[in-house]
Amino acid sequence: MRSQIEGSQAVARAVALCRPEVICAYPISPQTHIVEALSDLVRTGELAPCEYLNVESEFAALSAAMGASATGARTYTATASQGLLYMAEALYNASGLGLPIVMTVANRAIGAPINIWNDHSDSMSQRDSGWIQLYAESNQEAVDLHLQAFRLAEELSLPVMVCMDGFVLTHAVEPVTLPSQEQVDRFLPRFEPRQVLDPADPVTIGAMVGPEAFTEVKYLMHATQMQALDLVPEIANEFTQAFGRSSGGLVQAYRSSDADTIVVALGSVLGTIEDVVDELREQGVKIGALGLKCFRPYPADEVRAALGHAGKVVVLEKAFAVGIGGIVSQNVRLSLGGLPTRVYDVVAGLGGRAITKRSLHGLLADVLEDRLEPGRLTFVDLDSDLVARELERTRASRHSGPRAENVIRDIATVGSRPY
Amino acid sequence: MLFEVRIHGRGGQGVVTAAELLSVAAFHEGRCAQAFPTFGSERTGAPVVAFCRIGDREIRAREPIAEPDALIVQDPTLLHQVDLFAGLKPDGYLLINSVRTLRELGLEGLAARFRPERMLTVPATDIARETLGRPLPNAALLGSFAAATGVVSLAAVAAAIRGRFPPDVAEGNVAAAERAHDHVRRPVAELSRA
Amino acid sequence: MPEQLVKFYQVGSFVAGNRLLDPAERSVQASMERSNTLTSGHRACQGCGEALGARYALDAAMRATGGKVIAANATGCLEVFSTPYPESSWQLPWMHSLFANAPSIASGIAAALKVKGRTDVRVVAQGGDGGTMDIGFASLSGMFERNDDVLFVCYDNEAYMNTGVQRSSATPPAARTATTKPVGDEPGNVFGQGKNAPLIAMAHEIPYVATATVAELRDLEAKVERAMAFRGARYLHLFVPCPLGWGAAPRDTVRLARLAKETGLFPVFEAEHGEVVSVSKIRRPIPVEEYLRPQKRYRHLFGDPPRTDVLARIQEIADRNIRRFGLVDGVPEPADDVMRLIAESERGPQ
Repeated sequence: MRSQIEGSQAVARAVALCRPEVICAYPISPQTHIVEALSDLVRTGELAPCEYLNVESEFAALSAAMGASATGARTYTATASQGLLYMAEALYNASGLGLPIVMTVANRAIGAPINIWNDHSDSMSQRDSGWIQLYAESNQEAVDLHLQAFRLAEELSLPVMVCMDGFVLTHAVEPVTLPSQEQVDRFLPRFEPRQVLDPADPVTIGAMVGPEAFTEVKYLMHATQMQALDLVPEIANEFTQAFGRSSGGLVQAYRSSDADTIVVALGSVLGTIEDVVDELREQGVKIGALGLKCFRPYPADEVRAALGHAGKVVVLEKAFAVGIGGIVSQNVRLSLGGLPTRVYDVVAGLGGRAITKRSLHGLLADVLEDRLEPGRLTFVDLDSDLVARELERTRASRHSGPRAENVIRDIATVGSRPY
Repeated sequence: MLFEVRIHGRGGQGVVTAAELLSVAAFHEGRCAQAFPTFGSERTGAPVVAFCRIGDREIRAREPIAEPDALIVQDPTLLHQVDLFAGLKPDGYLLINSVRTLRELGLEGLAARFRPERMLTVPATDIARETLGRPLPNAALLGSFAAATGVVSLAAVAAAIRGRFPPDVAEGNVAAAERAHDHVRRPVAELSRA
Repeated sequence: MPEQLVKFYQVGSFVAGNRLLDPAERSVQASMERSNTLTSGHRACQGCGEALGARYALDAAMRATGGKVIAANATGCLEVFSTPYPESSWQLPWMHSLFANAPSIASGIAAALKVKGRTDVRVVAQGGDGGTMDIGFASLSGMFERNDDVLFVCYDNEAYMNTGVQRSSATPPAARTATTKPVGDEPGNVFGQGKNAPLIAMAHEIPYVATATVAELRDLEAKVERAMAFRGARYLHLFVPCPLGWGAAPRDTVRLARLAKETGLFPVFEAEHGEVVSVSKIRRPIPVEEYLRPQKRYRHLFGDPPRTDVLARIQEIADRNIRRFGLVDGVPEPADDVMRLIAESERGPQ
């Protein structure tokens, strides 16, 4: 059924359709509407049988989810930003133990400074945690990816995080088609755990593994996650056949097959990028876009195949690795090894700063006219004067004060801007 | 054709709901619509902005509306405090929730830069107090918006309201929308004939 | 063979030999049908109080539930010595996740069992004092607060033993650990710190809280059985001497546990919904010195000259416990208004 609803509500309904048996939730902006909606569905009995645990922290949320999953229950939780970090120890534990938990990450910046708005620093910080990472471009895709995520997780016995941009998607009201329960039941069978805590057949889960076997266990983790490179497209195809629309997969190309310049990105910014691509195409520019839908495991072959013919690749990301540079751009550059492609490392949208069509046009003009240096981290819309003034303050005095507060005071007029 | 609306107000006035309802109204009429707020931590009284795009194709862009086709101002105390009018298109519409005229609000000069028949004040809070019993101007302003722009119909606005609220609350809001719709339609028609 | 009437004189303990008891009341360990939940082959130290306590506690839980228990274990000695890869001593479904989350894991297991309608299967979570009272405290409190159907057993050997005997919030005053060495003005762990986990558990008003030691193993079993009769959050705080960490002889484990109780330093009691309902009395209180001397972690108190000031403060802790919990008959618990009067008189004229 197609309706005009808020992203969080749509995701909650999609999750409910997947018949989770245990939901553990700790609230954090901007995921709150999801867990609130699910709480309602459990209370009214619309989602039953389901146990909903109001836990005391995100660490508890994922831990309880692990206990439930190990006992054979289909399990779900959601978090963002600081919450994802707080459960970091458990993230590695869940993937190491091979528990097929599905978690929504409502992408939000990580502090300090504290910031509740959207960027990808949270999920990017956990890209090596052993979780599969999928990124939704729209609320429709967010809905669809949750269905696919449960299939994927349970088939591989690996946890999956579905990333959707906090506020930008979670709090956006747009058209979404939600499947029926019958459709979902056909697509997503009952959970058959590979391992289960059951008195009838006791197992020990979580033993210490020493040097004699640790390497092999980790190798198997890697090998298992790599299997997702085959399974993700397989499940996406099955999804298309079952539901009649394309969602997910490893990568999605937009007007890129004959493009000289391709913009690579993850998540909702792809929508804005596609509009800009259309506008530039009208001006005769051979430009396209590539969306990475599955970031872990990293689809190196697919990325190379999609980008290899382009002379310029602009990787636009909402996070970066402090002290070295782009994260996605490093991965992309790896895929293009040996090719003459110029890769541009661009960071935009940090801490919720809007990525506007105007800025993108400016950026791409710089790229097309060779005003940008490939491989050097470029910050879109950076206020260089502001930065320079703070650096001068730091240089001029030892007691330069807290950085963030200095910068905010310098800007001074935040409250009177239109938005 | 894309029509972009920016709604300004303060927390607690239903600005976010207004944008949402507008998008639902458009959806009911078979259009594609997108609504989203700027976001702050929950706080009553803080300036809030919400956006709504209405078009005929899937809306993919996620940026804030820099050049709105219509501005709705739910709280006139924001005037002269926030740069509300930034980017309003030359043919744009302005609806301000106020019992005063544009001149009394000190906006005559501003209005002169745009099309005068599209610069409107609506006593939305007063209308809401009478029909709804609460000073929540959002539904009324949506009714005025429908009348002024014709981008959505009053019937669609009413349907959106009824889909969102329980019957007793919904009917008061629908009545507010209808009253404000009528308030606008007559003067607009008069201005256009002039 | 006819039963002989034998006269036994009980000294020093309430422990009764199995032959004196009705078969139904005998120790679980006396039965050939016992679960051996923590079976032989684990790598615990000789004289490990925790291994002893865990074996008795889990077998009692298994008997009470017809063998249907799932265990969640925090990181620590018990987890490490019981699962030396590639072996496991556990003969029940058992999960180890992290140091800080055993109660949360258990909450999740309990939720899954509930949703699947498996009310016959029960959950036991366990960990040491560090994992329970320090790093896992939030997780424990959350489980208590939700009243999840979990029995949590804390094996309290009063320090982080598995990592080399570092101080925890359960480390008693004056005790030597690797991070509270007997140097400086206040040798050993400082006074005025620490937390009382059983009282904190009681403050959550959960259905059942109990303390026990490995000196009275039948009492321990009985408390586990009693705990399993309740639904909801339950807590058992088990005093388990650690020969290695305490610098005590492995053969002294049970004796030290008995002395801890008999001095009053470790009160043994049960509570339901936040109120103490039964107390295990001390027949003849023993001075704390007798308990402290056999442990090298207190050796610095018995030098030349001995730290009689510190010993007196430790004795005061024991005496306060005796008063507070009514551990010795004839030593009255002070009434609340009496305590207020004393406090007021100490403050002096206002």
